[in-house]
Amino acid sequence: MTLRQPENPATKDGGAPSGVRGWWNRNQRLLIPYIFIAPNVVVFAVFMFLPILLAFYISLNEWTLIGFPTFVGLSNYLDMLEDSEFWRAFYNTGVYTVGTVPTSIALGLAVAVGLNRKLPGRTLLRSIFFVPVIISLVAVALIAAWIFNDNYGIINAALSAVGIGDVPWLSSARWAMTSLIIATLWIRLGFNMVIYLAALQSIPTELYDAARVDGASGWRRFRHITWPLLGPTTFLLVIINIIYSLHVFDLIYVMTGGGPGFSTTVLVQYIYQMAFTEGQMGYASAIGVVLYLLLLIITVFQWRVTRQSENV
Amino acid sequence: MATVRSVLPGRGEKEPRGRLKGANLFVWLVLVVGALVVAFPLYWMFATAVRPKKEIFGGGLDLVPSTFVWSNFADAWNKLPWDQFYINSIAIAAIAVPVTVFINLLAGYTFAKYTFPGRDILFLLMISTLMIPIQVIMVPEFLIVAKLGWVNTWWGVLVPRAAEAFGLFMVRQFMVSIPDELIEAARLDGAGEFTIFRRVVLPLSWPVIAVLSIFTFMWRWNDFAWPLVVLQEQSAYTVPLGLNLMKGQYFTDWTGLMSMSLLSIIPMMLVFIFFQRYFIQGIASTGLK
Repeated sequence: MTLRQPENPATKDGGAPSGVRGWWNRNQRLLIPYIFIAPNVVVFAVFMFLPILLAFYISLNEWTLIGFPTFVGLSNYLDMLEDSEFWRAFYNTGVYTVGTVPTSIALGLAVAVGLNRKLPGRTLLRSIFFVPVIISLVAVALIAAWIFNDNYGIINAALSAVGIGDVPWLSSARWAMTSLIIATLWIRLGFNMVIYLAALQSIPTELYDAARVDGASGWRRFRHITWPLLGPTTFLLVIINIIYSLHVFDLIYVMTGGGPGFSTTVLVQYIYQMAFTEGQMGYASAIGVVLYLLLLIITVFQWRVTRQSENV
Repeated sequence: MATVRSVLPGRGEKEPRGRLKGANLFVWLVLVVGALVVAFPLYWMFATAVRPKKEIFGGGLDLVPSTFVWSNFADAWNKLPWDQFYINSIAIAAIAVPVTVFINLLAGYTFAKYTFPGRDILFLLMISTLMIPIQVIMVPEFLIVAKLGWVNTWWGVLVPRAAEAFGLFMVRQFMVSIPDELIEAARLDGAGEFTIFRRVVLPLSWPVIAVLSIFTFMWRWNDFAWPLVVLQEQSAYTVPLGLNLMKGQYFTDWTGLMSMSLLSIIPMMLVFIFFQRYFIQGIASTGLK
């Protein structure tokens, strides 16, 4: 291995005294880590940590971007308590999360267990289930809006053909949320499947062989070997899926626009509306802070549970 | 990452053969039906995009287009400045990939292989931002980008997202597996720290570079919420913003909407077809997308 001598920034400008070179050589090991992480840390500081701090600050002000912010203390937070639209968005977020998390995990698990068997064409099948994961949510939203279209959508055409009649998928509050959840399952299934497949393949086959010798049925093998060993994976997926559900924006913004009425507006979309349609920067930031704290609680809970199970 | 190798298709894995019977046949049939259901929306997008416009509003169950009208694509393309949208999207992705990979690779390597005061707390702080949705910091982030004069620019979209907690996490995981002996040996040879990174670490890092490049491309190509805030003039729009604009202006033109949606996912589909195992590796090794 041929390696050049260390590049020395001090000698590059020619006239630097040799003492600098010596100093650099002595302190290189100490300084290098900070130089290496500097670009990353600077971007993080300016575009992540600073905005988080500013968001806390702005949330204590009333501000429309015009003129200076007026300090109003916690009044934005108090307003939230009485804002029925905020609670509606909060409720919608909850309904969407409950509707998407267990279902997409169950579907992902079922498909993963199936595709973990030696079946013909399973590579192609895995790819097909996975494809929706990589498509932009805007395109997904447009496809879903077309398929669920009340008048000309293929789903209503199919339902009419079997005599069920049209369902107001996008024009009624309840069905709009249902179609959003179905569209979400389409993109989450493949994601959950891949993570379950990776976990399934780390289970030693000897366990199943032994169970088979003992005469355990397929269901019992799943119930007593697969499911318990997948426990940590399932826990991780529950957390990730909850976080993803709290993040959902693109899909709803393009597919239903939060409507009809206010029926599919979720928290992240309400924040966007408050900030960039209503121009209420302080109030929007306050809702953002509440959402942040909610996510922080979930993450800390996950860390504690994971750490506990690792220590046992 | 080695543990997930067997999930990956096309890596010396033998496609199982033989006759299906009993429970396996049943499971297989259920999975095939499931795959057809999952594939259908993509087929339907294609069918809508290429069939004659008058077939769209029949309300019937014609699953197959009577003829292929390829001019549908040109019609839709000419309705909006799509060439500009594509130039913007391609430029943003093309700049974001090397920038994101470089700064996260260097930082991930450092967090894995050096000990220095403040390391663990800093790493934890950065990783803890993974769960923050962009909407939480949207307002101040926009103010900062505006202060820098980056509204309506490519930089405004890509620089704030260049330091990715996800990328940092993924690179660090990978770098931990590089043997310390290699680095120590180079150090004994008198190599400087950056030379070690460039000559020893970088050549071993191609797997994680590939995964991070592909993910960065996907994030920037599909990005919507943040560009929606930063890019306010139509000439600065990216492809997803163009799709959203088109939906607003031509909301009954499903032929146009589906043809442009189809076009917009083709780059991602190509990346997926050629680099499928990297996607799966990235997701399976980090548990994130």
